[in-house]
Amino acid sequence: MIGKRLPRPSISRTRQRTIVTAEGITLPVTIASRGARAGALILDLIFVVVLMVVSTVALAQIAGGVGAAMSNAEGTSPAARALQMLVIVWIILLFLFRNAYFLFFELGPRGATPGKRITGIRIAARGNGGEGGGGGESGGRLTAEMVIARNLLRDIELFLPIVFLAGAGVDSGWAWLAGTGWFLIFMLFPLFNRDALRAGDVIAGTWVLERPKRKLEAALSAGPATPPARAAHDDDVAPPPRAYRFTEAELAVYGEFELQALERALRENREASLDAIYLAIAGKIGRNDGWGDERVFLEAYYTQLRARLEAGMRMGRRKADKHSEEAR
Amino acid sequence: MSAPPHELLLGESAAIARAALRSDRFRLEREADWQRLERIVGRMEAGRLRGIPDDDLLALPGLYRTVASSLSIARETSLDAATLAYLEALVQRAWFVVYGPRSSLGAWLRGYLGGGWSRAVRGIGPDIAVALFVMVAGVVVGWLLVANNPDWYFALVGRDMAGNRVPGASAEALRGTIFGNAHQNGMSVFAAQLFSNNAQVSILAFALGFAFGIPSLLLLVHNLAGLGAMFWLYHGAGLGIDFAGWIIVHGSTELYAILLAGAAGLHIGRSIAFPGEKPVLQSAGEAGRRAALVMTGVVLMLIVAALLEGFARQLVDQTPGRFAIGGFMFLAWTAYFMLAGRARGQRRNDRE
Repeated sequence: MIGKRLPRPSISRTRQRTIVTAEGITLPVTIASRGARAGALILDLIFVVVLMVVSTVALAQIAGGVGAAMSNAEGTSPAARALQMLVIVWIILLFLFRNAYFLFFELGPRGATPGKRITGIRIAARGNGGEGGGGGESGGRLTAEMVIARNLLRDIELFLPIVFLAGAGVDSGWAWLAGTGWFLIFMLFPLFNRDALRAGDVIAGTWVLERPKRKLEAALSAGPATPPARAAHDDDVAPPPRAYRFTEAELAVYGEFELQALERALRENREASLDAIYLAIAGKIGRNDGWGDERVFLEAYYTQLRARLEAGMRMGRRKADKHSEEAR
Repeated sequence: MSAPPHELLLGESAAIARAALRSDRFRLEREADWQRLERIVGRMEAGRLRGIPDDDLLALPGLYRTVASSLSIARETSLDAATLAYLEALVQRAWFVVYGPRSSLGAWLRGYLGGGWSRAVRGIGPDIAVALFVMVAGVVVGWLLVANNPDWYFALVGRDMAGNRVPGASAEALRGTIFGNAHQNGMSVFAAQLFSNNAQVSILAFALGFAFGIPSLLLLVHNLAGLGAMFWLYHGAGLGIDFAGWIIVHGSTELYAILLAGAAGLHIGRSIAFPGEKPVLQSAGEAGRRAALVMTGVVLMLIVAALLEGFARQLVDQTPGRFAIGGFMFLAWTAYFMLAGRARGQRRNDRE
């Protein structure tokens, strides 16, 4: 039961999806772009490598140098036991960095590793698909199993071919070719499906979405956002704002699409575009009394157009744009 | 139409009264709730859970529903695109928090060990049977290959790993490899390395299930064929039983874990190849989550196996004792998988 999808010029339509929450509300979501995901992965890999190097250097410092650790780990003296302990800590740490880094961060309420947070994306449960009518997916709860499954598969997608390539070297032709092929198959996997799923997402039932972040903007009809400051300052100089009134016929020419375009222009508040829009509207409805006072004129037109269209909505009449007749 | 600006000073109620549109009055009346929810969600996203007052946490589900209903109403009554976009983003963020991972890691682990794991293991029963068959077949194949032509030995075991366990080695030398290492040093390091290596192999066996499970099975065959070949070698020297004891002390746990990992991979492969009546993505997702539960346990089992291999095998230097430990571990794991969480699982199935 959502109405018209709102136009979002900045986001390509192919990445828009809707999910249906348990409360039955449709929410638009945006699939994370493949570039953002690649960036997040690269950042995370850098973090992991830095963590590994730092912990290795720190442990080696504690052991009094790597050379000492190598030569003294044999034997049963207390010093050797302590060194063995450090080696164990090192092995376990490297294992955890490789396998638990992604797991640890994606299990929290953020559902994102540091790299994903920086690029503004997060993981979510994909839902069972097709239940929500109109192509919407029913959004489910992200569970620990999903996070575990999607990250275990990272091993064959990424770490295994890299290790294999490093081990085989460039001179062993076929092994190198096979390793590269393997690596490319999994790296390019997200390019060949609609939702940019990687193999781990397929197995776990997850997908990666953009993290929405939006500030609440001022209500336009509740009074202009900029004038109060100016008005308080030079109240006695500026003339009181003129009240523009528009007739029913003047308002009936535009629909919701034009209203939202006007809203965007008013919020961006760029003089050149406001002038252009003023000329277009004034020309269309045949008025010229707002000259030099475009913003106030347009705000008044916006408010009255919205009042008219919203009154229509309450009565079940909607007008999508200037070309459409009012639907009943 | 627009009111004189100095009324701004009169505060919120004046702002609501001044708003020209019914939809803006609706918004101004509710935006305090919206902003409170945004603050709470923002803090949770930043990971500062402790700084959130209890009142806010208790109010979160109610606020989420309030804002969600605001969104529903606004979609039917308001044409303010900025407010709609804000509400959509806010509801989505709150939805992620409210429907995020429900339990803490500790609570999840309790539920997991108290039955979730064994239920998942029982859920992949048929795959375990297939994987077991493949593993046994792997041992037999390894044995037969080497028995026919000892040159196969190095292909299966690998020269580095074989050490002095080579065809033609004396019985004494072979005996030396399975007994008398009680005073060896660096056992704990050895155990940690074993764990890290075995865990990586089993994760591989699981992950390879993605390719319809066939590589998982090949990996099982390859690993177990090496075992069969070594078994043939020790059997030839009259040490078959002793070698079995040397393997079983940790092998009952480690091979069990590898069995489960291979079965988990096979489970995924089977769900992709034969999804039945479900869409393939859904089938793969369900199988993947179940297999992931099994795999978490596999890593735990491999820690136990590494401890047994690093310590118990060296310290218990005689075959009957090794059989006792290995046999006990096998029975304990099997009993756990068969019994744990069964009653609760039954109830849950009834409810569903």
